Amino acid sequence: MNNRLRDLRGQRGWSQQHLAEQLEVSRQSVNAIETGRYDPSLPLAFKIAELFDLAIEDVFVSPSREK
Amino acid sequence: MRFSPAQRRYNRRIIVLAIIYAAVLLPVCWLFARHLVAGPLAYALGILPALPVSGFFAVIGLYLAEETDEYLRMLLVRQALVATGLAMTTATFWGFLEGFDLVPHLVGYAWPIVWFAGLGLGAGVNALIERRAA
Repeated sequence: MNNRLRDLRGQRGWSQQHLAEQLEVSRQSVNAIETGRYDPSLPLAFKIAELFDLAIEDVFVSPSREK
Repeated sequence: MRFSPAQRRYNRRIIVLAIIYAAVLLPVCWLFARHLVAGPLAYALGILPALPVSGFFAVIGLYLAEETDEYLRMLLVRQALVATGLAMTTATFWGFLEGFDLVPHLVGYAWPIVWFAGLGLGAGVNALIERRAA
């Protein structure tokens, strides 16, 4: 699932490690989500969106609307 | 590389079990090689090395239950699936070949060893997927 996580993180000048600490996950997890090779669970997706003070659909691109 | 708290507990438990395994296996083999045990005691001693090996599976289960990082959990699940696929496929192939007297008999505890080797293969698969997507 495509997402804007890397852009959002970059805008705040955060490293992957910093974001991982905020989310209480590993840096590997952040990297996997950013590169689209892992789709987070709904609770983690909410946590990510809330951290950036955005709605989920502002962070993650719905696969059905991508085409 | 930073380890999660659950990974640190997993590593510690595996090391403890490996030490117990080595400490138990050598004297038990020594006793059996010299035919120094018989009867119920032989069964009790014979099962001793199997206990820490069974513990490895319990430790993997504990890790999956304790790991709060869902991505790390998924990585181990994928590793375990690769291991299970390898061990079951190899056991099936070997079983048929053995049944047709084409290969020698293999002791049952060979299959957990193949499964653990499969975990290594699974780690390689994980690394490959990670590297390709990075």
